[in-house]
Amino acid sequence: MKALGIILAGGNNSKMQELSASRAIAAMPVGGNFRCIDFALSNMSNSHVKKVAVLTQYNSRSLNEHLNSSKWWDFGRKQGGLFLLTPTVTEDNSWWYRGTADAMFQNLIWLKRSHEPYVIITGGDCIYKLDYNRLLDFHIAKKADITVVCKDVDPHADISRFGVVRMNEDARITDFEEKPMVAQSNTISAGVYVIRRRQLIEMLERCAEEGRNDFVTDILIRYKNMKRIYGYKIEEYWANISTVESYYKANMDFLDRDVRTYFFKKEPKIYSRIDDLAPAKYNDGSDVHNSLVASGCIVNGKVENSLLFKKVFVGKNCVIKNSIILNDVYIGDNTHIENCIVESRGTLKANTYYSGGDGIKIVVEKNERYVL
Amino acid sequence: MGKKEMIAMLLAGGQGSRLGVLTEDVAKPAVSFGGKYRIIDFPLSNCINSGVDTVGVLTQYQPLRLNSHIGIGMPWDLDRNNGGVMVLPPYESIENTDWYTGTANAIYQNIRYIENYDPDYVLILSGDHIYKMDYESMLDFHKDNKSDVTIAVMPVPMEEASRFGIMIADSEHRINEFEEKPEKPRSNLASMGIYIFSWPVLKDALLSLKNQSGLDFGKHIIPYCHDKGMRLFAYEFTGYWKDVGTLSSYWEANMELVDLIPEFNLYEEYWKVYTQSDNIEPQYLSADAVVERSIIGEGTEVYGEVHHSVIGTGVTIGKGTVVRDSIIMKDTCLGDNVDVSHAIIAECCKIGDNVKIGVGEFAPSKLNEKIYNADLAVIGERSVIPSNVSIGKNTAISGVTEPSDYEDGLLPSGDYIMKEGEDA
Repeated sequence: MKALGIILAGGNNSKMQELSASRAIAAMPVGGNFRCIDFALSNMSNSHVKKVAVLTQYNSRSLNEHLNSSKWWDFGRKQGGLFLLTPTVTEDNSWWYRGTADAMFQNLIWLKRSHEPYVIITGGDCIYKLDYNRLLDFHIAKKADITVVCKDVDPHADISRFGVVRMNEDARITDFEEKPMVAQSNTISAGVYVIRRRQLIEMLERCAEEGRNDFVTDILIRYKNMKRIYGYKIEEYWANISTVESYYKANMDFLDRDVRTYFFKKEPKIYSRIDDLAPAKYNDGSDVHNSLVASGCIVNGKVENSLLFKKVFVGKNCVIKNSIILNDVYIGDNTHIENCIVESRGTLKANTYYSGGDGIKIVVEKNERYVL
Repeated sequence: MGKKEMIAMLLAGGQGSRLGVLTEDVAKPAVSFGGKYRIIDFPLSNCINSGVDTVGVLTQYQPLRLNSHIGIGMPWDLDRNNGGVMVLPPYESIENTDWYTGTANAIYQNIRYIENYDPDYVLILSGDHIYKMDYESMLDFHKDNKSDVTIAVMPVPMEEASRFGIMIADSEHRINEFEEKPEKPRSNLASMGIYIFSWPVLKDALLSLKNQSGLDFGKHIIPYCHDKGMRLFAYEFTGYWKDVGTLSSYWEANMELVDLIPEFNLYEEYWKVYTQSDNIEPQYLSADAVVERSIIGEGTEVYGEVHHSVIGTGVTIGKGTVVRDSIIMKDTCLGDNVDVSHAIIAECCKIGDNVKIGVGEFAPSKLNEKIYNADLAVIGERSVIPSNVSIGKNTAISGVTEPSDYEDGLLPSGDYIMKEGEDA
């Protein structure tokens, strides 16, 4: 593979409410026992990208923990490897990353010292499977300066949080608007780009000289008429999880057999850190329907249309409906949970009631735990 | 290579013939256990949890699964720059080209591997028991007693003692006598097949007895050390330890994991059991699924019912299918409306629709009464069962079977089908 990989995983987003209080969005648990960044990392690994940088700054501890060994994604190689790049203080810079372009600019040395001719840039907050070789072939065939992966979405969906593009018949992007009030099309940018490494270095240097920091507004949009920017449309599943609603929906999508087959059963697979948990255990009184259960769980109650992440304990006579229970949650007996996302490592007391009503409630319960 | 205080030699070459079709294509240590594990995971995890980071695994019988499972030892943290896990198969040499003819002969043939690490002590393990044991405290016991050979022993009920090698020890735990499967046991301390030797002692015994055919620890090495007046000590272990050498003990040990609070607890944080797994994704239980008193591995999809069973990883259980009191291993696929009761179905099997397994009354096995003597229907790995057939109790099936193999669509209790030839 003739490309480097960069995963932009620095962002915070107030739309995630309490869920991002102690973790980066890219470190959000997804689909039972994955983290969101596993999808981008597995895509890199499966596409044989050998050298990958993860740019992170907000709550980087969470990502650091998940990426403490690169072996799970097969990056522990002599050539390349996995680089976790957080802002550092240097002689001529003491800023945090002020934007995506600035984040890459602050690591310009890493880019300059690499030899791969291309760079694949992706967000860490998206769930998708993509062979970057196909993307790169397209990029080269079109003689593009930048290729943007695009996805058509439901015309009625709210796409005000995405970049919206318009393309001509040749797939060249004619218009690119970031987070428009009124969208002109239903094709959005998936936040995945290919660009020649030297081109990127040149643009980042120019950007920095002009005091600009954002890759989308200051590079993509600013150069949209000067440079050959192409859109590479994907038809397959793609979801961004950076709001509570989209996070909830993307997780619930895994209850669909086709989505599970696509991500879990079909090659190439998605990799994640291995936790060595025992198989899930169902005791007397367990009654589980249309749900995903990760390993290490012990179930004594009723679970319906829900996701139990790793090491969840469900007490007797509990009822859990339409909910997402994140890692290592203890739920005491007779507890009712409906339309909720229960934050990791929570301890829910017995005989309690949580309901999100028509919306989704985020439950953060840090009670003391005596059992197990 | 750097010096190691103690290295482990894990004997994993045995067939485990009493497991019948389950070990037709794999060595016993590589047989699945407890949903996601293989039997060898338990001693390997014990090693790393006890701080033993150098393990030689002696393989001989059907080693492919074992080799691919162990790999470079990553799941057990045994991928080391110095030490780590190494698979040691029999090899050819200028003279004495031989298979491993006995447990101790296998060690004899790998003296050079051991010498590479210049160890003070060598731990001998076998790959066919389910237990959690801290070998470090056994080593402390060995050192405290200035022992030459320490044998781990387990108190067993007196009436069962005649099935084991029995150690007779004094109040200081020193072994005075031992008997192999005595008719009238004089002690209930059964050898667990786990030994710590001071390396010079073992090396001397191996070299002195090298011409003994079928050189075995229990039969030759231990008596030799005893006759030479060495200090032999019994290290008493009282935790959970289970031999899974027979179909019924294998089935029971699996089923014990399903208990509300299992005696052998896999959910503890401080003594984890590690394994290599291809499936990591969560399991899915459909809207119609019923699952109770069971453990289920990663990536399994349940569309039917599972009662009191142990299900491996990547298994599919079709709609309307009911599984009771059974063990289903990795990547096996059960069709729709299948009825399974008291069965062990090995890895990668394909069971058609409307199949009934475990019907009728018990009948003695026509294949081998010593191996098949429980109610269990046993199906070997990569077997195929066509739709609409019934299979009785105490049966054995291996290979790709066709409807014509089942007279009137039934394999009666006690009967068997063994298909030869290449795998499908």
